[in-house]
Amino acid sequence: MKNFIEIISKPDNVAIVIMIIMVLFFTILAFYYAISGDRRRSRKIDQPTSPEQKADGEDKIHSWPYLVRIEFLVAIIVIVLLNIWSVVLDAPLEEFASETRTPNPAKAPWYFLGLQEMLVYFDPWIAGVVLPTLIIVGLCIIPYIDINPKGNGYYTWRERKFAISIYSFGFLALWIALIVIGVFMRGPGWVWFWPWQEWDPHIVTSEINVDLSQIFGIDARSFAGSVIGGLVTLGYFAVGIIIPYIYSQKRGGKFLKELGPIRYLIVAGLLLIMIGLPIKIFLRLIFHIKYIWVTPWFNI
Amino acid sequence: MMIKEFFDKFRQTQVGKSIFRRNYEDTPKNRMLAIRGNVFMHLHPIRIRHGAVKLGFTWGMGGITFLLFLILTISGVLLMFYYHPNTRDAYLDMKDLEFTVPFGMYLRNIHRWAAHLMVITVMLHMLRVFMTGSYKPPREFSWVIGVLLLVLTLLLSFTGYLLPWDQLGYWAITVGTNMARATPLMGHEGPFGPELGMTAYNDIRFALLGGSTVGGNALIRGYIWHCIALPIVTSVLIIVHFWRIRRDGGISGPR
Ligand code: HEM
Repeated sequence: MKNFIEIISKPDNVAIVIMIIMVLFFTILAFYYAISGDRRRSRKIDQPTSPEQKADGEDKIHSWPYLVRIEFLVAIIVIVLLNIWSVVLDAPLEEFASETRTPNPAKAPWYFLGLQEMLVYFDPWIAGVVLPTLIIVGLCIIPYIDINPKGNGYYTWRERKFAISIYSFGFLALWIALIVIGVFMRGPGWVWFWPWQEWDPHIVTSEINVDLSQIFGIDARSFAGSVIGGLVTLGYFAVGIIIPYIYSQKRGGKFLKELGPIRYLIVAGLLLIMIGLPIKIFLRLIFHIKYIWVTPWFNI
Repeated sequence: MMIKEFFDKFRQTQVGKSIFRRNYEDTPKNRMLAIRGNVFMHLHPIRIRHGAVKLGFTWGMGGITFLLFLILTISGVLLMFYYHPNTRDAYLDMKDLEFTVPFGMYLRNIHRWAAHLMVITVMLHMLRVFMTGSYKPPREFSWVIGVLLLVLTLLLSFTGYLLPWDQLGYWAITVGTNMARATPLMGHEGPFGPELGMTAYNDIRFALLGGSTVGGNALIRGYIWHCIALPIVTSVLIIVHFWRIRRDGGISGPR
């Protein structure tokens, strides 16, 4: 408990607490709007003219004063809150930087802790380089791979279940939750400590990890082990791409036709990588598997 | 309405007349001129859809992010007056700010808390844009610019972390940049890096830090990125972001 109190009372981590509260609040708000909006829309299928539905231009109002006054009001509130925060709490300053005194644990800035957490399960080239690149690229192409024309400009859940589920999973589970874990649960040696536990820098974690093919008695570093690992990895992607394809062909294939082969491959590939993260975490925590695929150049 | 009546009366007095020289009549023309005739106001369209001003829709998060960016720019410039980007003085400048510069600590606080807050509001802005499906045509490119702005916001915060030259920033940056070692092809510990002749002295991490460890060169690089290069790029992209929102017909709404 002592360590937890120490962490949570660090001035920088006040920001984390504020973030958690705000993220929860706005996530719930968004879903509340989405679901109540869905209800409203289904109640009046043949809407005549609700104020929102007037022809373009008819419902327009002047920016001055209707928009500008809200902007000023919000600005004043934000500035006041920020000033209170700055008067009450001082920015931290630790000791003079020293190359020789390594803190344990040494943590990245909070918004990157998800990536640092991934270092437990993946080699640095994946966790530190490939994943961030894919996240940026993946986010950028969302508008081009989400071809669902519905739900443009209003909160809805029913019309965009798939897109919203994926985004919420990525945002809440893979970003926010990993930040919370990284900030509050990780102690010396990046070992997991519960808030009520005392940090013990000498704790021995007797975790013996094996590579996947070793479970079948084949050395992962051998040629055969490498081939098995490669087949499993590529097989995961092949199966993950083919099965949904067959499934939606069976259901008429209309969706696939609209999506097109290139979009389908990109969506499936990125999704499989995204789902691969919790799968690998699971394999590691339950079966103590370190690598799926070992090669002389890289390990996955 | 009491206030309005009081205000109207006040304007009829000699004092009132002397302060507000010209009468502002609340006509559509004057409302338009208030927006059009002012260089800052003309970021806005003259007229907007009713739904676009609802706080429930946008949460004001994009605007708040922009406000925080402005606050950070101003407080950042003020901080630069007191800061020397070298390993000997940087830390002492922090102490100076705390103990000798008038309102120095307060200045640092504003800058730091606004920075944290900006990362949070960018996250939430993105959440709301996603949840309202506002990235759908014709606004795809606003979203792409937005993603770049998210990355820039994180990089701005990241580069700023190092500048106090204390243990916290030093090791956070060390942990962060260590990952660059493992870059495929371009890092000396990454796949195919050594095969391509990468060492700790010529790989991408070396380029980022200006050395093989976080030292004086890394500090000056962090400083230039943080105070000059990244703010300029971010400003340009914010301008493009706003311009695109206008060109794409204002912010989204149910059609
Ligand atoms: C420095 C960061 C950013 C600033 C200052 C900023 C500012 C703004 C502002 C003021 C608006 C007007 C509506 C509103 O307030 O919601 C807006 C809209 C928008 N932003 Fe951002 N933004 C930033 C980052 C982002 C990010 C990270 C994304 C997404 C990845 C994004 C995507 C969009 C889109 C698509 C719109 C149009 C929304 C609509 O039409 O409803 N922006 N932005």
